[in-house]
Amino acid sequence: MIPHDTLGYLPETPSQTAGPYVHIGLIPKQAGFDIFANNLGEALFGPDTEGERIRIEGRIFDGTGALVRDALVEIWQADAHGRFDHPADRQPGPRDAGFRGWGRTGTDFETGLWAFETIKPGRIAGRSGHGRMAPHISLWIVARGINLGLATRLYFGDEAEANAEDPVLRIVEQPDRRRTLIATPSLRDGGTVYTFDIRLQGDNETVFFDI
Amino acid sequence: MHADSEFVARDPAAHPPALTPIYKTSVFRAPHRPLLSLQNSLSEVTGPAFGQHELGPLDNDLVRNYAQAGGAPVGERIIVHGRVLDGSARPVPGVLVEFWQANAGGRYRHRNDNYDAPIDPNFGGCGRCLTDAEGRYAFRTVKPGPYPYRNRVNDWRPAHIHFSVFGSGFAQRLITQMYFEGDPLIRHDSILQTVPDPAAQQRLVALLDLNASVPLHTLAYRWDIVLRGGRSTLFENRLQGN
Ligand SMILES: [Fe+3]
Repeated sequence: MIPHDTLGYLPETPSQTAGPYVHIGLIPKQAGFDIFANNLGEALFGPDTEGERIRIEGRIFDGTGALVRDALVEIWQADAHGRFDHPADRQPGPRDAGFRGWGRTGTDFETGLWAFETIKPGRIAGRSGHGRMAPHISLWIVARGINLGLATRLYFGDEAEANAEDPVLRIVEQPDRRRTLIATPSLRDGGTVYTFDIRLQGDNETVFFDI
Repeated sequence: MHADSEFVARDPAAHPPALTPIYKTSVFRAPHRPLLSLQNSLSEVTGPAFGQHELGPLDNDLVRNYAQAGGAPVGERIIVHGRVLDGSARPVPGVLVEFWQANAGGRYRHRNDNYDAPIDPNFGGCGRCLTDAEGRYAFRTVKPGPYPYRNRVNDWRPAHIHFSVFGSGFAQRLITQMYFEGDPLIRHDSILQTVPDPAAQQRLVALLDLNASVPLHTLAYRWDIVLRGGRSTLFENRLQGN
């Protein structure tokens, strides 16, 4: 069907915007109806999941400073031991079998807030030849007006030592830009909430990665 | 992490740039700074896997998954099928494919859609399935209608189905849209035109597949999806000997 090039490789399928109605397909409850018996990505942990329960939340702002209230946000992260639920993670040591590490939500149509209840991941092995990565959560954002999903990372403001050693944060040259990847901790109802606002454009534009 | 888990870099020429003024909403939502290139780490080569037990038996049949007892959605019944492959032409098995669309009148079952076309009481407009061992996916639905939207005053979307695809790693994550061969609105579509390369645009158009149709019952369309490929590690693994 799709013609390959002279080396036999196939060209990628182009990305297209998720559009204003992305909720229908991926989070139908937010679109306003119930259809699936099991909505994927709502809960990250169960009662037996290891690690510290945390909440991460934030808002997304466009280039005019307006809230982006129709975005879809997905997260992917390691467990409390810094291990991923995936065969490519061949690190030795324990792994929490009860933790997939993937979540999905939408920014609220009124407040623009997105939030996940999850656990704080452990530190993760870096690429060979590099030091360990600091605890972090990968984010992926799609929405109307975004032609190709935006990838970024949330690092934790209370992990200064690990962050200083992180091989990814270190390649962000400008300290001000590095700060766009650090979530601010605060206490709420006895638990820790990390606030992570994302700016698509402008002076404090979030660092997005070509991963 | 093993070097053979890494993905080749995304081909920027295959995708729309972030800033595409023809699609006006992109103007204030496109990052202005260049993306920071990151060599794959474990966070990118890994990604979530889903099991058949997480899906319902009707999740890939949009003709029935929201229909009331004895009812059926209005519209032209179609099967949409194809394969999920990677850039090395290998099938991507066992990955989640999700799809959503307007009904036959071009209306979405969505609280923010106020287009003046009827909601179909028998149509939800979303579904999902896992690819099989050969990377195949298939679902049944009704052909979506075109609909107008606010961009230029008279912009209409061609009939299309939105697709979300997971690969084996989070770096392969893709959301896109599929169009239908022969639709005269395709050449006017501002969203499709965000993809600069006409050959790449064509890769989003499904072809009528009479062989897969069910005679006297359902037409079929075929559309293959290609995700980024894995890196060839000949050099690192065999020539360097690590
Ligand atoms: Fe649409």
